[in-house]
Amino acid sequence: MKTTSFAKKILNAPYIVWSVIFIIAPLIMVFYYAFTDRSGAFTWNNIIALKNYGETFGRSILYAVVATLICLVISYPLAYIIARSGASKRSTLMMLIMLPMWMNFLIRTYSWLTLLANKGVINTILGAIGLGPFHMINTPGAVILGMVYNFLPYMVLPIYSIMSKLDFSLTEAASDLGCNGFQVIRRVIFPLSVPGIISGITMVFVPSVSTFYISQKLGGGKYLLIGDSIEMQFQSAYNYNLGASLSLVLMLMIIACMFVMNKFADDEGAAII
Amino acid sequence: MSIPNYIHRLERGCKLNEKTIIINLKNISVSFDEQQILKNINLFIRDGEFVTLLGPSGCGKTTTLRIIAGFLEPDSGEVIFDGKTINGVPAYKRQVNTIFQRYALFPHLNVYDNIAFGLKNKKVPKDEISKTVTEMLGLVNLKGFEKRNIESLSGGQQQRVAIARALAVRPRVLLLDEPLGALDLKLRKDMQFELKNIQQRLGITFIYVTHDQEEALSMSDTIVVMNSGEIQQIGSPTDIYNEPVNAFVADFIGESNILDGIMRDDYYVEFEGMRFKCVDKGFGKNEPVDVVIRPEDVDIVPSEQGMLRGEVTSVTFKGVHYEIIVDINGFKWMIQTTEKSEVGDVIGISIKPEEIQVMKKSEYSGLYGDYSSFSDEFDGLSDPNTEQSEDENAQEEE
Repeated sequence: MKTTSFAKKILNAPYIVWSVIFIIAPLIMVFYYAFTDRSGAFTWNNIIALKNYGETFGRSILYAVVATLICLVISYPLAYIIARSGASKRSTLMMLIMLPMWMNFLIRTYSWLTLLANKGVINTILGAIGLGPFHMINTPGAVILGMVYNFLPYMVLPIYSIMSKLDFSLTEAASDLGCNGFQVIRRVIFPLSVPGIISGITMVFVPSVSTFYISQKLGGGKYLLIGDSIEMQFQSAYNYNLGASLSLVLMLMIIACMFVMNKFADDEGAAII
Repeated sequence: MSIPNYIHRLERGCKLNEKTIIINLKNISVSFDEQQILKNINLFIRDGEFVTLLGPSGCGKTTTLRIIAGFLEPDSGEVIFDGKTINGVPAYKRQVNTIFQRYALFPHLNVYDNIAFGLKNKKVPKDEISKTVTEMLGLVNLKGFEKRNIESLSGGQQQRVAIARALAVRPRVLLLDEPLGALDLKLRKDMQFELKNIQQRLGITFIYVTHDQEEALSMSDTIVVMNSGEIQQIGSPTDIYNEPVNAFVADFIGESNILDGIMRDDYYVEFEGMRFKCVDKGFGKNEPVDVVIRPEDVDIVPSEQGMLRGEVTSVTFKGVHYEIIVDINGFKWMIQTTEKSEVGDVIGISIKPEEIQVMKKSEYSGLYGDYSSFSDEFDGLSDPNTEQSEDENAQEEE
């Protein structure tokens, strides 16, 4: 076996210190709080209390899945178009995708509040041409819209990066061998872009399922998500123990989802044909 | 259409009934960004022929191939396949298949599925697909490779899979875009032989694009020499080599000494201040011409017996022969000989009448045929004012 040299160990040291302080230690603390009560004694009560949060968990997953699917449907053709356009057009389009990310997350979300409100910008404009008003704010749709809007770039970027590396002669080879436009996408472009789709789904689903604030602002507090519940336990209820157990379960859930996704991805390439 | 091209077509015209024309390009022109890539190309290709489009990079040979494949529509002109105009017919409906420069094999599929790809599109029954794939693997000597991953194959094996994939759908015409460019020399020679073999066995038309003149000479029935978007000459390999129509063709196919000459009369040409007997006629009296003499056709004789005399300036051993550069009145000749000379020797040369090829003056006259250096590009490399082409810059950056 190769032994690591002393110099290499020294070089690795900062990363080891980093991961201990910022990854391992917080995880241990989450575990500790999740299984203790306020006095620090071991208890199952925090885990048992989670049965009241079944609906919140279910809603979080449902909204996150819907938002992820919408992101995928929007991003896939968009990434394809960007990857296929000329260099100057491509950088303009990428710029437009990135532009909202330069704004603060809270401001971005808050601005939708003014757009969607019952007497907001959209309803005022629709009213001027004799339509509406529509009830948009404080609905599940508004919450999902917020998620899609905030996390869309995280779906576009990985798919785009795969698509732009795709060898164009492969699509020519496919049409040479008798594929029409749709078959080229189904039999060549799609299977080859699966890795981009998988990382896009991961990067949208994870923040969506654990998000807070979006549902408080755009859902009017009626559709609390698991992220909001955790925030509440830490910020207003000061029940760190329950908050930690909620976080723990959320974490396990995300790991399980990712595991299933990756399993699915491995078979995808072959299964799609 | 250039005049020699026209004459060539007339000559071939009498044989037209023997074999049918499968592809006919009429007045094809293409431009990209206001730069003309193809200028009024006229070319017909007979069924079962091995045709090579030969020319330097940027001459329009790959563009011509892409037009036939259907990846590119010409700005003007007609593409006729088997008697029918196929302008506007998409690539996937054409009975031609392409072998791409970098093979373009599907990395997500194994060898079997790559070869079966086209057949699945045609909704061929499963057992028939499996039969064809096995047959194709046998044809390219890759039996037992069905389950192999594309990335685990060597360049030569990938090349064979690409050939099998294209042939599996039984195209009428196979287009090959510099297919051997990425292989090493020995393997390339083997594959040349094998491709020619496959073509003869299946009897389908091959249209082969290359910039390698040796490859073109050894494989083709017909060579189409192209430069800057125009066809320079169409002919059999021996025609092209022995009777080049202009200085460009003479220089591009093999080595040539190209001199300024004057046709004094039928069978008499004057160059280097000497009158030589030759076998060409039909030029105007005292018409300026280009004279081509191949390096292997020059005989070295003692200086007092030579038709011309000069000093040896360089001797290079090439294995089979020596390559000698001789300065004769300021013009550097290349001579290939099995006898050794020393730098500084004064030698005489002798040329037989049938070794002198006389060509009409063309736009390429005076550009080629002096062996002060082997390529114009080399001269440009040491000149800071010469701009290099884009890919050379790209390579420097790497």
